[in-house]
Amino acid sequence: MAATTTEVPPGTRQAADTADSTDNAPLTFAKALNTALADEMAADSTVVMFGEDVGPLGGVFRITDSLTARFGAERCFDTPLAESGIVGMAVGMAMNGLRPVVEMQFDAFAYPAFEQIVSHVAKMPNRTKARIKLPMVIRIPYAGGIGGVEHHCDSSESYYAHTPGLTVVAPATVADAYSLLREAIRLDDPVIFLEPKKLYWTKERVDLAGLRRAADDAAQTGRSAAGGIGTAAVARPGTDATLIAYGPSVSTALAAAAAAEVEGRSLEVIDLRSIVPYDDATVDASVRRTGRAVVIAEAPGFASVASEIAARVSERCFHSLAAPVRRVTGFDVPYPAPKLEHWFLPGVDRILDAVDELQWDEPGDGADVLAGDSLAGGTAAVDTGSEGHL
Amino acid sequence: MTISTPRHTGFPPSPGFAADTGLLPSPVPVRLIDADGAEHSDERYPLPSGDSLLDAYARLVAGRRVNDQANALVRQGRLAVYPSSHGQEACQVAAAAVLQARDWLFPTYRDSVAVMSRGVDPLQVLTLLRGDWHSGYDPYEHRVAPQATPLATQLLHAVGVAHAAKLKGEDTVVLALCGDGATSEGDFHEALNFAAVFHVPVVFFVQNNEYAISVPLRSQTVAPSLAHKAVGYGMPGERVDGNDVAALLAVLGAAVRRAREGGGPSLVEAHTYRMQPHTNADDATRYRTADEVQRWEPLDPLLRIRTFLRSSGLLDDAAEAGLAADAETVATAMRDGLNADVEPEPMALFEHVYSRRTPQLAEQAELLRSELERDAAAVEPDTRDTGATR
Ligand SMILES: Cc1ncc(C[n+]2csc(CCOP(=O)(O)OP(=O)(O)O)c2C)c(N)n1
Repeated sequence: MAATTTEVPPGTRQAADTADSTDNAPLTFAKALNTALADEMAADSTVVMFGEDVGPLGGVFRITDSLTARFGAERCFDTPLAESGIVGMAVGMAMNGLRPVVEMQFDAFAYPAFEQIVSHVAKMPNRTKARIKLPMVIRIPYAGGIGGVEHHCDSSESYYAHTPGLTVVAPATVADAYSLLREAIRLDDPVIFLEPKKLYWTKERVDLAGLRRAADDAAQTGRSAAGGIGTAAVARPGTDATLIAYGPSVSTALAAAAAAEVEGRSLEVIDLRSIVPYDDATVDASVRRTGRAVVIAEAPGFASVASEIAARVSERCFHSLAAPVRRVTGFDVPYPAPKLEHWFLPGVDRILDAVDELQWDEPGDGADVLAGDSLAGGTAAVDTGSEGHL
Repeated sequence: MTISTPRHTGFPPSPGFAADTGLLPSPVPVRLIDADGAEHSDERYPLPSGDSLLDAYARLVAGRRVNDQANALVRQGRLAVYPSSHGQEACQVAAAAVLQARDWLFPTYRDSVAVMSRGVDPLQVLTLLRGDWHSGYDPYEHRVAPQATPLATQLLHAVGVAHAAKLKGEDTVVLALCGDGATSEGDFHEALNFAAVFHVPVVFFVQNNEYAISVPLRSQTVAPSLAHKAVGYGMPGERVDGNDVAALLAVLGAAVRRAREGGGPSLVEAHTYRMQPHTNADDATRYRTADEVQRWEPLDPLLRIRTFLRSSGLLDDAAEAGLAADAETVATAMRDGLNADVEPEPMALFEHVYSRRTPQLAEQAELLRSELERDAAAVEPDTRDTGATR
């Protein structure tokens, strides 16, 4: 890196600058991401950030605010307007010793880079027997619920999760936004980092100093922080059924669990945090305890991440299940215009309806309910008959 | 400036290269009316007739009024977003004015005024930006493609329409719009190359308004001009003063004529300026100075042609009053139309996804219908509804 912008020699690490951290300060999701970028750029001079409007403007969501001013235009810069170019150049920079973090402006505008992502980013380490590693992060503001015009609200996680070689992370809390992004940047594998747009402006009180220390320690030891990428979290404990969600759907699942409590039903909410790697252990343990599961995601349900989760849970927890695993997802239609998105998105009522249908009449009788169903038949475990399921 | 034929490279000349030595754009943008409203003669481009200039002025007045009205409607919450073309109206109206009814226009999100100038009802144009549906007009009625949001993608569609027209023996020219930023996308380059190789009747019209959101042209490209990009693909490029409606009519008119007569594609770059932020969500003070914006004010496309028309006796107070009244009628219709609350029918979500609805989609439609019926039947508002998503 050019001397003017290098704070530390290339390849060396420093503890994050904690000067501006206040314990338990309320922090927005956006500011947490911004802080994670700044901390990792300060700690590692090989980290570079680029994309459309990420320089002086600070990104259209201000996630890269002030990074150019602080680290110089060599470390955080605007590119020409070309997503394939951005991701393709990042591949080459990662091949040559840097850790690029790139921003795709909106979910659907990552599609021009799809060729680079699925054909090269995902496959390069494998085809070179890891001689070429691609430590790079592709940050994508993603999903809906913000009344955006077309091409601004796609849930594209299934495309990426379906592509072996990609790590797919979707934080749902402010603390995770910070910690998971720092870990993603340090990871030696390419990461698709999905940032739920509707969460950017949510504020939470977090122990930023503590999160910083944990991230710095993990960096020093080269280990993943406890509860890092690949570990799901129990966002709300419960006993009667498990709601499995990630990214933007976690808050909806939590709202549904709160509403269910009023009706005397105790729902556990699992926040996956990363889709790939997927944490079977945490999910299975919860479902085996509760005996019932609903998967919630915004993306259209057909051939989706939600489908994969439902299938896994059905296969792995079959004998503990009192009812078929249900999915509550977006409909199988293109993401609708703002005035219709409200009907498309999986909402609290739709989740509670699905929970109602988890065979409550025959408590603990799961094996009987499904007796004779063949798992090999595939559909038996998820088909709920004429009540349209999602 | 002309391209000289390579003489002693030892390689055979590329096909077509030597045949056309007039590909390079003029060294300065073509201008027919000076900044002060006086005629500026150019031997290659005669001044358009008084009638066509008057017609263009009428369209300009209406276009400016539409931009102002749409901005006001955003402030009132009646439109979700409006990418204004204030300052670029000469490009917008010229793009529509040079086409015949049988020709096609391929617009972007910023080209609402061009679409209206082509005859599409303003309310139908604004459906997209109000959020009712992703496009509000019938593309075949006025031969206007849906306004494109993903950058440069529409340029290839334009080439396809033109190629089909050629194969079918139709006398159709296609005019495709894009911005300066979009010229960095791969699709832009593929479109130009296809158009040239297939020799189709397309005019690519780049509105260079100096910025792609926050990124200035100098960070987008270091080409001598955007029009120069045409040469590499084997088609002529031309630069035109984008605030001079007379020059735009002449240059675009010539390009359309050339395409219609079998001369193939060409690229026209208009030099103009985006006087307002990218959209209402953008903070332009982060990337440009008020001084810079003010420098463009005297170059306003309306002022210049108005001065010319008044001094040449083609426009008087009565005519101006008439035009203002006509523009006001358009604005009133927009206001009235958008002040009426429109709630799209929820079941419309499932329309037009497939020409034959899949069984799964039919199930999902049934689910939504039952939810709607239940909501309608509920005497009390649903106590479960926490408002998290509804
Ligand atoms: C493929 C793609 N990438 C990113 C965006 C986000 N975006 C919307 S408008 C814009 C800037 C476009 O600039 P320009 O082409 O100069 O057109 P202008 O807005 O100035 O008319 C960007 C980056 C997009 N719409 N499509």
